[in-house]
Amino acid sequence: MVDLAFSAEQNALRSAFAELFAKHASIERVRAAEPLGFDERLWAEMVAIGAPVLGVPESAGGAGASALEVAIVAQEFGRRIAPVPLVEAIVAANLLAAVGGQADLVGAIAGGDVLPSLALSRPHDGVVHLAPAGAVADAIVAFDGDRLLLSRRSGNRPYVPQTPNLASAPIADWDLGSDPVVLATGRAAEEHYAAAIAQWRLYTAAALVGLGQTALDIGVDYVKERHAFGVPLGWFQSIQHRLADVATAGEGSELLTWEAAWATDAQPERAPALATMAFLCAAEAAFDICRASLQYHGGYGYTLEYDIQLYFRRAKAWPLAGGALKPIYDELADVLYVKGTEVA
Amino acid sequence: MDFLERDKYAGHRAAAEQWVAANLRPEWVEEEHRTGTHHNKVLHRKLADEGLLGAGWPKEYGGTEVDPDYAQAVFQEIAHFGLRMDGWITTWMVASTILRAGSEEIKREIIPAALRGEAVIVLGYTEPSCGSDAAAAKTRAIRTEDGGWVINGSKMFTSTAHEATHVFLLTRTNTDVPKHRGLTMFLVSLDLPGVEIAPIYTMGGQRTNATYYGDVRVPDSTRVGDVDGGWGVMRVALVFERGSSTGRTGPTLAEQVAEYAQQHTGWDGTRLYDAPGVKEVLARSAIDDEVSKLLGMRTHWAAENGTMTGIEGATAKLWSSEHSQRQHAAFMDLLGADGVVNGHAGALGGLVEHEFRNSVVSTIYGGSSEVMREIVAERRLKLPRSRPAN
Repeated sequence: MVDLAFSAEQNALRSAFAELFAKHASIERVRAAEPLGFDERLWAEMVAIGAPVLGVPESAGGAGASALEVAIVAQEFGRRIAPVPLVEAIVAANLLAAVGGQADLVGAIAGGDVLPSLALSRPHDGVVHLAPAGAVADAIVAFDGDRLLLSRRSGNRPYVPQTPNLASAPIADWDLGSDPVVLATGRAAEEHYAAAIAQWRLYTAAALVGLGQTALDIGVDYVKERHAFGVPLGWFQSIQHRLADVATAGEGSELLTWEAAWATDAQPERAPALATMAFLCAAEAAFDICRASLQYHGGYGYTLEYDIQLYFRRAKAWPLAGGALKPIYDELADVLYVKGTEVA
Repeated sequence: MDFLERDKYAGHRAAAEQWVAANLRPEWVEEEHRTGTHHNKVLHRKLADEGLLGAGWPKEYGGTEVDPDYAQAVFQEIAHFGLRMDGWITTWMVASTILRAGSEEIKREIIPAALRGEAVIVLGYTEPSCGSDAAAAKTRAIRTEDGGWVINGSKMFTSTAHEATHVFLLTRTNTDVPKHRGLTMFLVSLDLPGVEIAPIYTMGGQRTNATYYGDVRVPDSTRVGDVDGGWGVMRVALVFERGSSTGRTGPTLAEQVAEYAQQHTGWDGTRLYDAPGVKEVLARSAIDDEVSKLLGMRTHWAAENGTMTGIEGATAKLWSSEHSQRQHAAFMDLLGADGVVNGHAGALGGLVEHEFRNSVVSTIYGGSSEVMREIVAERRLKLPRSRPAN
């Protein structure tokens, strides 16, 4: 039977993370972490609560959370645009646990000694271009088309200078070096990596849903407070109607994200396509919300002083970490309509 | 959470399919397209005679023993066959309203007649001068010395009136009070002197009507609800407008267009599916279809749980109708000149062209997109009321 309510346990999980982010990822902390976009103390809190290995099976030392539960956490992370590479770390940890033979590494992730990341582009000449968390991660998993590769490093963060970027994300190129560890090859490598990409899309969708919800609140609060021509901005229908449209799209993307998360366990054959759908839908909805909210701040929206710009920049940049969106639409069409096509 | 929709009517599907195979005729679909009348008298009579219309209704008002789930399954198969039942839909809406808001006398008179297929009731809310602002109705009902009423005015989009026996009429009975408090509902017989029905043809092919009421005299027993209490009755009636179910599903329009695009080439000789931008249109369509489904699912879920606020339905209606229009326009662009051709000679047998025409009205009827946005803005976002008070 259709049931769109969260369980008591899921609500408790949400509350725990909402409180943690409220305390340790305030907007002041987000601003303080600019431009690198990494808050070492917040990451320590993430490790302490077990967030990086949330989705890792209990047998492998994780919390064994379902995709839906991880998505709930990602949504709270997105609401606060928390300055830690949580989605990449979770997906990389899940991938390392799934591949097997990396118990020590997974243990090091759980213990906070290793912050793992996932390459979203194929390496060229041994270098992963613009790797997520590339400036701060201790390990990265990459797929070169045939082999699933693990590259590690040690020392102090940031390891390499961040590539300055729109989202203030700690991205940087990552040189895999001469002898990365080969985790898997051929079909197995391809399947593990495809699963990781589907997860990354799903949890990024959830983060974007959360981001959009805060950005909407910011915009709606502003148009209630700010007056022009003797009335609150929110009195004008042109403003009301656009906000109603973007709020509607935001709710749609949220439902689609929960459906995709639910399908991970309940309808695995549909799950990868749904994750991609949720990702594309949330990317567009979150940005449209931010664009409208920023617009209704007038000139203030363009200044660094107001918070909406922090959301606006990330709404555009977060999904693009996974590459250009147009080819993903095309790939989705093939998966949905051309028989025998699988998610890349 | 659980997103799996279980088929409530699964146990009746086979029997419903048999019923349709035994009773429906393909020429009825042709006839519906030719005339634009979304009501078939022969079918309506058959459904009444077999007790399908009365399924689930209280015995004392003519309810039958037929399992209401079986009846719903049959109705869905009829829709799948390509026939619309607008006459029954509006009759059902009004009978449901009367069951809750009507006097015992009118309940006993009209509900059994409706379930026997003898009374077909249409909606008379919208007027030439007011649509979304239904409470601004000007059609006047004035008390006569004998305690009855005399009605003067006109109504627009009284669809199926030319096949119906009654109209559920929103009238103004008091002009000295705010507009919502001076309205009264009547169930008016369409064969009375002074009633005139004029056809109106639409871009989607449907025939609707304008109806005129000149000194139409009705007894007080035709009143539904209190004098000047019409808006309260309307609020009951509008709930039933949102009651339609999705029914059984075949391939989506996007799937049909995607298949066509893989099998046909454009004028430059390339496969339509490989033309620039085509895959994105089809992918977006699937995403937006899924969102429409989910917003509708949420509305039904909220209704079943008694947590419906009215915002869910408005959100779903706004999204799905706007998406439907965007989608059909995009599919037309994708198909090009062959998409413009009517009927069998056109791409996909003219399906997209036909649906494109129909999609135009989806953002208008049942509450326009502008009204839906107002509901979302005021009730969900809590923005100040922008529309002027009475």
